[in-house]
This record gives sequence, C-alpha cells and structure tokens, in this order.
Amino acid sequence: MAKPKIASDWMCGCAGCHMSLLDMDERLALVAELADLRSTPITDLKEPDEGGVDVGVLEGGINNTANEEVAHKFRKRCKILVALGDCAVFGGVPAMRNFFDLQDSLRRAYVEAESVDESGHIPDDPELAQMTKVRAIQDVVKVDYFVPGCPPSADVIFYVLSELAQGRKPELKDDLIQWH
Amino acid sequence: MVAQKITIEPVTRIEGHAKVTIRMNEQGSVDRAYLHVNEFRGFEKFCEGRLVQEMPQITPRICGICPVSHHLAAAKAGDDLFSCPPPRPASLLRELMHMGQVIQSHGMHFFELAGPDLLLGFDTDPATRNVVGLLNANPELVVKAINLRKFGQEIIHILGGRRIHPVFAVPGGVNKALKPAERDTILAGIDESIATLKIGLDIIKKWAADNMKVINEFAVFPTGYFGMVTPRNGLELYDGNIRLIDSTGKELVKFDGRNYLDHIAEHVESWSYLKFPYYKPLGYPKGVYRVGPLGRLNASDLLETPLANEEHKLFKQLNGGKPVENTLYYHYARLIEALFATERVRMLLDDPDILSTDILNTRQVNKGSGVGIIEAPRGTLFHHYTANENNQLTKVNLIVSTGHNNWAMSEAVDNVAKTYVKGPDVKEGMLNRVEAAIRAYDPCLSCSTHAVGQMPLELTFVDAQGNLIETVTRG
Ligand code: SF4
Repeated sequence: MAKPKIASDWMCGCAGCHMSLLDMDERLALVAELADLRSTPITDLKEPDEGGVDVGVLEGGINNTANEEVAHKFRKRCKILVALGDCAVFGGVPAMRNFFDLQDSLRRAYVEAESVDESGHIPDDPELAQMTKVRAIQDVVKVDYFVPGCPPSADVIFYVLSELAQGRKPELKDDLIQWH
Repeated sequence: MVAQKITIEPVTRIEGHAKVTIRMNEQGSVDRAYLHVNEFRGFEKFCEGRLVQEMPQITPRICGICPVSHHLAAAKAGDDLFSCPPPRPASLLRELMHMGQVIQSHGMHFFELAGPDLLLGFDTDPATRNVVGLLNANPELVVKAINLRKFGQEIIHILGGRRIHPVFAVPGGVNKALKPAERDTILAGIDESIATLKIGLDIIKKWAADNMKVINEFAVFPTGYFGMVTPRNGLELYDGNIRLIDSTGKELVKFDGRNYLDHIAEHVESWSYLKFPYYKPLGYPKGVYRVGPLGRLNASDLLETPLANEEHKLFKQLNGGKPVENTLYYHYARLIEALFATERVRMLLDDPDILSTDILNTRQVNKGSGVGIIEAPRGTLFHHYTANENNQLTKVNLIVSTGHNNWAMSEAVDNVAKTYVKGPDVKEGMLNRVEAAIRAYDPCLSCSTHAVGQMPLELTFVDAQGNLIETVTRG
C-alpha cells in the first residue's frame, strides 16, 4: 500500500507549531517512514498535490485573503484537515488584533512608528494580500481535528500524526490536551 | 516573444511567507524582480494596554523559530523601563538560553533548510530536495544535525521549562536558578555539538571551493555591516554596543542601542509589508546595511572564543581583510557563529556565578520608557516600550532582525534573477536559485511580519506595460 501523504502549511501563526513538529527529533525519521511528506514549509513542493493528500495540517489562524485561499485549497485537497495549535484552533495571540481597528494597526506600524521616516504610508501594492479580521480556521472551512497548545508539544504532534498516518483516530485527552 | 511576469509563491525553506515577482521584457531577460513580504499581524498596536511584564510572554508569539530573542529583548526592555539591571548571574543565565537558541536556529538552518540546496544541488527534483531527501542520501549527517538542534533546544527547555515559548526571563532577571545536575547535562552535550559543527564547516568549505564561480556571481554587492560588539570589538550576541562599518571596513559609528532613534530610521515601500531600515545620516538607500551572521562577522574584529576565532581569521581572509560581500557566505558565517555560541555555553557554565540564586533585582522604578536590544540569530532586534504609571503599554515599536536585511534581500533577488533567469523557457532550477538568494539570509518572516508572516514564491509574467500575461505557481 502506498504511504499516506501529508501536507502542511503555516498561515497567521509564528512557525512555532512547525518548530514543535521538528522537536520530534529522531522520531521525524519514523514519521518520514510512515508517511510521505509532500508540500510543507520545509520541503520544496508549493501546495498539496492536485490529486489530493490524506492529511493536511494547518498552523495559524486566517488573517488575510491569501490565508483564505490556502485554507480552501487545503480543505479541497486533504481528506483529513488538522488545525494545529492555538492560533489555528481559536485565533491565538494574533487574534488580539481584533480588539483594534485594522486601519489603526496599519497606521501605527507604517506611519506613526517612532522609527519610520517621511516615506511612511500603508503598503497598498496590488501584489499584497488584503488583511481581514483574524479568525480560527473553523470559521472559514470545516476542520476534522483540533490540536490546541501554543505550541502543542512534540509528543502530542507525534501521537496525532502517527495515528492518522496509520489510519486511526487520534483522541486527545489527559496529558495530551494542552491550553498554554 | 512577449514580455512576462513570473511569480514564485510560496518561497519555501524559509521561515514565514514571501512572494517574488519577476518582470521580464520582450527579449526574455529580467527587468526587475521584487520580494514581497505579504502579511501583517499588528503586534505593535495590539500590545497597547497590556502590562510591560506580560511582554516576555506575548512577543515570543511573533516568532516560533527565535522566540527566545523576543523573550529576552522584551525582558531587557523591561529592565530598562523599570531601571532594574539584573544581577550578574541572571544575565549569564539569559545569555546561556540565548546561546541555546543560536545553536538550534543556525544548526537547523544550515542542515535542514539550506542543506538540501548545498548537498543535493539547486537543480535536484523539488519533490526530494528537502530534509527527507537528505535523510535518504546521508542519514548519518541528518541524525547529527537533529542532535545539534536538540542540544540547543534542550538548553532552552532546561532553563525555561519549554523548548518553544519558554517562561524564564522577567524584568530584573530570571525566575529560576540553574541546578548542578542541569549544568552537567548541558556540559555533556558540548563536545558532540562542536564535532557536528566542524563537519558542517568542512562541508561548507569544500562546497565553497567547488563552487567558487557561483559564490562570486551570486548576489555579491557592497553594503554597510551592523552588529553588536564587546568592548574589544569582538562578536557579542547578548549585550553590548552596536557597531556599523561601511563597505570598505571603516567604522561609521558605534552607539548604545538605547539611542537607536538617533541612528536608524525605516523607509516604507508600497510593495512590501516589511519596512526598510537604514543608517540615518546617510539616508535611504545609501545608508543600507546587512545584519545577521555575515553582518556581525564583518562588523567584529575578533571572536573571543578559541576555535571560532581561528575560523573567523580564515573568514576574514576571504576578501583580503575587507568585508565579505558574497550572499552565499552567510551559510559559512552562520556555522562560525554556531561554533562561537557552543564555546560560549562552556564558558558560561564554567563561570562560578552560574549556579548562584541571586537572580532577580526587585527594586523597580517605572521611568516611563525602555529599550531592549539583542542579537537574534538573524540580526539585531529592538523592542522599544512606553508605559503609563500602571505599567500599561501606551506605545510599542519593534524593529526585527530580518527587517534590516530587507533591502539586501530585495537586491539579492533582483541580482540572482538577472543572472540566472532566462526566458522564454524558465526552468524550476532557475527559480530555486532566486529562492536560495532569500534563503541565504535565513529570513524570519514571522518576525518581519510581526507588524505584518507569509512568504510565498510565484512567477508572474507581464508585458512591458505591466499587464499580466501568465502566472506560474509551482506545485
Ligand atoms: S499556536 Fe503558538 S506556537 Fe503555534 S503558531 Fe500560534 S503562536 Fe505560534
């Protein structure tokens, strides 16, 4: 039987959840044996295979139009979609921005910041994504598994990935559930 | 042929998200290539109203690769704001944690992110041009690399209870002393880490010898160089003055980072959410400089640990004593710094103060504002806070490491695109080289987009009038 395919990406997060995945250390080799790592931020394929993958893992919430596209593409191409980490599960720290007006936040960073010179203005090139409210992934597309933690520990990630790769349903309970 | 625009999205094996657009003319050569950093998160705004004391826990969420940098810069800004310099043992322990991070971050970058290009080749099949491909090609080396990263991460874990987003530094010091058994655990891992770094140095030196032509045509350009130094102008990563030299090696300025506003300013371009810092007296873009491993090794005269200093001497010879300008030498500089950090771990652990329990200065007086600066793995990081009498933040300004390299990365992208991308039949390997130019800087786009975190690579073809003809996204 072909190995199950896994793809992942990061959106509005800090990369910490993916770093926690790397914190599996030598168990990474085990995961690489169990599953075929397709597109991820640390490999070179750019997006999940058009023909679909078995498991998609997303870190980070949804903060702009580019994130929305990634979430929809993952939902379409992944049989199982996992929200990895607090940002993906409920928005996390970046969702603190929702308490402020988006234009005020942009102005603070690009116009008012103490170090910005007279060129200060809000970047508006058509190549750039449009910012939105910060949302959990579930608010945009359906999620099959939620793995909280900031980040979830390497043990938890290993458990979830190895269960899914072997066609079982991971159950997060007791020590495997983290909210911090 | 028609003019075209190529978009590379996402740029892979870098930290965060970016996108590159390459504008090609009718002759099939590159007009101009742009690096767009395409995300905005707004930490500077949404931290307003929070307590200064919370910042060492909130700001690490800017970046999971170098959370310790933000953790410590936030604590240092708190030290300054509350006028409570930490007792010496606390500074040693903070530096120890920081060295753990430099080792894990640099180690991971060299072996896991850049390694596939260097060891497997720029033109290998993208499906295997990654750490798993490397694992199949050279399992022994990958296991060593994993252990090196683990060594750094475990230092952070021992001190801060967690590998990512540790809980350790607070304004005035740290919250936990080091125990003798913990010190011994760390000491036991040093030799193996040094051995791995020496293998890495052999690899990069051999690679350099075999690829001289590439190194000398791949984004080589003059800039200033910027980094923290010790009183003897030795490399410093935790605390010291900032030194800026020009492209000939002459010192332009040395300053206390707390006065950063007198020396640096940031320029904004419409096509990127990442700002462009520069040296104020020279203006933009004349005052641009590079930070991170290459910037720091150029800006320092020596390294005050024995093995790394020997390597630094060799490094200084690469351009006959003048600053080293080649983008690809970032990889070499990164390993020398990781070696330095590992040697520093031993020096810190051998210090009689390291086990002291005098770790917190509780005499705190709020003076209204404070600046914390640290040399993060990717370059100098500034946290600047202003607070009211309830210790609530009223203003936050952050200048992150990768930002300082924004101009240089954009220049490198343009330079490499012009050297390697030739139409009409654009090959994947050509584009991977453009990505490699960015990768050399090890940009931390989560950090860079604190304000803004996303780095995709897509090629967009436009005609001379800028009309979109075709978009190729690699998948
Ligand atoms: S959950 Fe925490 S570790 Fe994961 S991306 Fe969000 S901030 Fe980073």
